[in-house]
Amino acid sequence: MPKIRLASVWLSGCSGCHMSFLDLDERLIELASKADLVHSPIVDSKEYPEDVDVVLVEGAVGNTEQRHLLEEIRGKTKILVAFGDCAVTGNVPSLRNPLLREEVLRAVYGEGDIPGLEEGDVPALLPQALPLHSVVRVDRFLPGCPPSADRIWRFIEALLAGKRPELTGADLRFG
Amino acid sequence: MISLRIDDTPVQAKPNWTILTAARAAGIRIPTLCHLDALRPVGACRLCLVEIRNWNGRLVPACATPVQEGLDVVADSDRLASLRRTILELLFAERNHICAFCVSNGHCELQDLATELGMDHVTFPYRFPALAVDASHAKFGIDPNRCVLCGRCVRACSEVEGAFTWGFAGRGVHTLIEADLGEPWGQSTTCTGCGKCVQACPTGALFEKGKATAEQVKRPALLAEVTERRPRA
Repeated sequence: MPKIRLASVWLSGCSGCHMSFLDLDERLIELASKADLVHSPIVDSKEYPEDVDVVLVEGAVGNTEQRHLLEEIRGKTKILVAFGDCAVTGNVPSLRNPLLREEVLRAVYGEGDIPGLEEGDVPALLPQALPLHSVVRVDRFLPGCPPSADRIWRFIEALLAGKRPELTGADLRFG
Repeated sequence: MISLRIDDTPVQAKPNWTILTAARAAGIRIPTLCHLDALRPVGACRLCLVEIRNWNGRLVPACATPVQEGLDVVADSDRLASLRRTILELLFAERNHICAFCVSNGHCELQDLATELGMDHVTFPYRFPALAVDASHAKFGIDPNRCVLCGRCVRACSEVEGAFTWGFAGRGVHTLIEADLGEPWGQSTTCTGCGKCVQACPTGALFEKGKATAEQVKRPALLAEVTERRPRA
């Protein structure tokens, strides 16, 4: 059986979901025998590759670059997984959503040149940080802040077995 | 006694019982949110909707519908699961419910219902309303971002404490829970500071000051404990 082409991406999130992924510990060895991690913040690859089987996307969509990347990912990936609460609900990054984008940026950067206000070297901040499924079609949802390593493993195990992962009960808990 | 059927199980009920009371006595689970023992049922959240087969599948709130002889109640079906999930998603989309950093994370009836009803994401667009926290009270705070407008605080305050501090202001999604005539809670002249509203609240909307993320454990059963100890006329 050919290895699964697995990727992971980090958008507007704290990387906690990726830390939890690394907490798979010895199970990472089993995962490595069945899947190639073709793109991830923890591997050295600059471009998102073609023909990815599964991608775990952490974080909400907070700026124009992330929105563009997510659309690219959608086009190049079979199964797109919203990985963790920020990707599923907006979560902590969405705390700014009731406030005006300009006010948020000015509160952080003060007067003068404000990165992210206009499109430039720093991508423009979107008016709201949004869950992935409000931007592209999402195939599976893996909630949790972060999802525990055990929860991630139950999800990945089903994927590796060629099944549709169906999280139920406590595995669906937000927060 | 009154005889009815709930999910094809024959159930016996006292004449003054609701469908919810009868279901609970028979060990049949019906999800609830605005219901709290000791408080008057209001049927506000609609999560306890059940179907009545011999009323052409009509939907009624189990918490506020009295039992009747021969009722054929469906408490669990694909239709009800879909309706309840829609209601729950609308509740989540209406305000800013961010479990991860809420005082009630892990002890929240709304969060538990999402888990129980299999809600893995919200299909409606979030409203992200801008709502201010009122932390003017010496002991407690109210965060309308986490409020589901169940009215348990309002009923606890009027029916059990008798203070009538809390009330609803505004309409529809813009409804807010307000103390007295809308002044800050800490300036209320009617609030006794008893905290029954906090214990009755199913989410982190009402909380004790000094509680950090996931530290706020509530005692909603306290309301029934208080009323059961009262002498009856």
